[in-house]
Amino acid sequence: MSTHDHGHDRPQGDVALRGAGGTVGAAGVPARFEDPGLEPHRPRRSDLDPKAAKRAERQTVVLFGVSILGTIVFLAGYFLLPLGSSEAILRSNLALGLGLAFALLGIGTAAVHWAKSLMSDHEVVDERHPVQSSPEVREIAVKALQDGVADANVGRRGVLKGALAGSLALFPLTIAVPLIGELGEDWDVSKFKHTWWKAGTRLATDPDARPIKASDVTIGSVVHVIPEDLEEAEHVLDEKAKAIVLLIRLDERDLKPLPGREGWAYQGIVAYSKVCTHVGCPVALYEQQTHHLLCPCHQSTFDVSEGAKVVFGPAKRPLPQLPIEVDSEGYLVAQSDFTEPVGPSFWERLK
Amino acid sequence: MTTTTTTPTRTGRAAAATADYLDQRTSVGGAVKEFARKVFPDHWSFLLGEVALYSFVTLLISGAFLTMFFVPSMAETEYTGPFATQEGLHMTEAYASTLRLSFEVRGGLLMRQIHHWAALIFMASIVVHMMRVFFTGAFRKPRELNWVVGFTLLILGLAAGFTGYSLPDDVLSGNGLRITDGVVRSIPIVGSYLSYMIFGGEFPGTDLIPRLYTIHILLVPALILALIGLHLLFVVLHKHTQFPGSGRTDKNVVGYPLFPVYVAKAGGFFFVVFGVLALMGATMSINPVWNYGPYDPSPVSAGAQPDWYMLFLEGSLRLMPGGAEVVIAGYTLSLNVLIPAVVVPGLLFSLLALYPFVEAAVSGDKREHHVLDRPRNVPFRTAFGVAVLTAFFVLVLAGSNDLIATHFRMSLNDITGVLRIAFFVAPVAAFWMTKRICLSLQRKDRELVLHGHESARIVRFASGEYIEVHKPLDEHERWLRVQHEAIRPLEIEPAEDARGVRRKGYRSDALKQRVSRWFYEDRVEPVTPAELVAAHSHGEHDALEAVPVEQAPQLTGGGRHLVEPTDPDAGDRRA
Repeated sequence: MSTHDHGHDRPQGDVALRGAGGTVGAAGVPARFEDPGLEPHRPRRSDLDPKAAKRAERQTVVLFGVSILGTIVFLAGYFLLPLGSSEAILRSNLALGLGLAFALLGIGTAAVHWAKSLMSDHEVVDERHPVQSSPEVREIAVKALQDGVADANVGRRGVLKGALAGSLALFPLTIAVPLIGELGEDWDVSKFKHTWWKAGTRLATDPDARPIKASDVTIGSVVHVIPEDLEEAEHVLDEKAKAIVLLIRLDERDLKPLPGREGWAYQGIVAYSKVCTHVGCPVALYEQQTHHLLCPCHQSTFDVSEGAKVVFGPAKRPLPQLPIEVDSEGYLVAQSDFTEPVGPSFWERLK
Repeated sequence: MTTTTTTPTRTGRAAAATADYLDQRTSVGGAVKEFARKVFPDHWSFLLGEVALYSFVTLLISGAFLTMFFVPSMAETEYTGPFATQEGLHMTEAYASTLRLSFEVRGGLLMRQIHHWAALIFMASIVVHMMRVFFTGAFRKPRELNWVVGFTLLILGLAAGFTGYSLPDDVLSGNGLRITDGVVRSIPIVGSYLSYMIFGGEFPGTDLIPRLYTIHILLVPALILALIGLHLLFVVLHKHTQFPGSGRTDKNVVGYPLFPVYVAKAGGFFFVVFGVLALMGATMSINPVWNYGPYDPSPVSAGAQPDWYMLFLEGSLRLMPGGAEVVIAGYTLSLNVLIPAVVVPGLLFSLLALYPFVEAAVSGDKREHHVLDRPRNVPFRTAFGVAVLTAFFVLVLAGSNDLIATHFRMSLNDITGVLRIAFFVAPVAAFWMTKRICLSLQRKDRELVLHGHESARIVRFASGEYIEVHKPLDEHERWLRVQHEAIRPLEIEPAEDARGVRRKGYRSDALKQRVSRWFYEDRVEPVTPAELVAAHSHGEHDALEAVPVEQAPQLTGGGRHLVEPTDPDAGDRRA
């Protein structure tokens, strides 16, 4: 390692054109330019002027001082500022954060300033060596491995090697099998195909579970719906994730029911699964003028007037429809569960 | 320098005694000898990796703080606390404890915000650091394996970000998990079972948050730490790359010693990074989960965005047309989800991971490289990198298409349509343009080397001819522009040997050669001394033979290119 002092060995004139050794072109000119060597060191102001150096030192001290002040501000903020209201929380956050920021930035900028203005800035050159080990070392390493193999005495013992490999390959199963086996709990993926809706389940508002009278739903309105008895489920959120429904009332003249679904609506009131058939976001945005339902996650758009068919976006299938009717008291009820799995597609969806 | 061997001060004696004590028990002297004055080159872009490292340290510090107050449980609880709008709401312990540590723990909100900002900066700095390494060819031999380590760190960073983002169990992250569930289900044959495996049954279940917590605070950070160790070990082993310039070669490293310069600079820089993150945590609100509410499968907010590093996946899902879902023999294959969420990112990431090996194969270059490339000198690589970034950027835009639509009052459907086309067209266009720009910049370099800087001084000859005086480059300026070698396409052995026998391995060689041609056929060679001589004698680069070397003109003046004489010992040219 050596500190180069350039400027002494600076060539006079143009080094590149003088005997560049090795390959020389047709006209005696070298084939490639030659590296002129490191540029001369340029002194900084603090190298030349002791006053500038002194000033840099003072600035560094001030920056460390800023850091100490920052810590004091932080501690003062911690002990003096109460929490409680949102304003108080914001005030505390700002005071503590600014205190911490100055405590850190003071140290950081001081150290960098010190390094840049007061520490030596003479470039140093270090040699590199090839990454690969030397031929002698390699030879010794290969020899060591060969000796080891010879000492282990496994050369012709095939069964022993097989037994070793077999036992090592098998024993991780003792951890992996129970781990994977238990991760999925009951592994009953057929649950994807059923929801909490049953024949006669009342449609109720989300989240306060008030049953809905057909007469209360005005044309153009949208109601977020859950099964009335959802709270009785063992895992409420799991069931809710599948059972959420959007109830929409259209003008009956706008509604074009699909063949076979003529009886699934009630006076222009239709109910569709709110779980997007793309990747399962709640399809929450309804545009009254166009009867379009939009999923805000990936913008699949469904036309409610035509069986919630896909009109735009990455979903393929229409939203499943929940067949509904009214019970004797005028409340909306489900005729049955959904007739197809709700939500995103999966391999055995149709099986 | 008060501590000298002749008159040791008290501290000096104490330090010497401590060092002696340690060395007798650890032989630490060897390590100090090896590392204390280790040389590192200086360049601002070498800080990018440091930003990643220091934001990771910040993540560990702030994360350890948060674990003391966070409760990773999906058990239901009723909120009572200072945040009035949530009073009496049912929520999980995870969400409730997030509110508690934000509002009732002094400094808790600050630590949460620092933690989240640090995660965003961590990912951003990894990506930008990778761009630096890619575009300067720092991944070339002997650093290919370290590129793979860095790539794995990027993937682990995504895993850390994703698992952490989901822990507070708010509406936004819950919907993110629901999307994950949808994507996992789309995987053929095992999708439904994988979904059960992740969620411990049906979505959302009650197992997920504890599971994510273990992954987020134990498994992933441990792996990241181990790989950072390996990453840095490689840096020490290979010694850092350096930018090209006078005196910098593949056989040396020019810079400043670790002790004291980089101890101060890099150590100080840690505090700067942490300080900036603290400033962000103090002044910029991030992920205010109390505004979103606890997770409930029903509500969703429009215009919601995932953290930036997940946007490309979101955009990819948005762009894919739905028609791609098919049913084969009664089984559903959701290509409309599988392609954008698994195939496209898989392809982009594989390209990234494998590029160094492809380049090594088609360039046929087996040498070690420690001097970095100027991106313009490797047009194919630079253009390829820009093309991949462009594809990524189109997906990020697609992930924000709703915000673009609302901010600029444009049709969401039109934006999506345009971006669908752009995903295929823009990378190709970007590739072509970047390659042309690189080649032009190289020609500009040649022009500069051959004819010097324009000085804006116009001279009129007696003949009436006007000419601009050119100032030749000094040797250091010139070296930067001529030091590289333009890689040429592979040359391979013919298909048959002299006796007409077909050679084994010719087909794979021929394929390699075809790719190699695609990589390196368009190139601009650096100026040679002969060309420079010719330029100054005749202004004709091809009239070489006529110039005997003894009469080779001085590089100042001559020919049609009147240049100003320069004094090599004149003052600072860079001033």
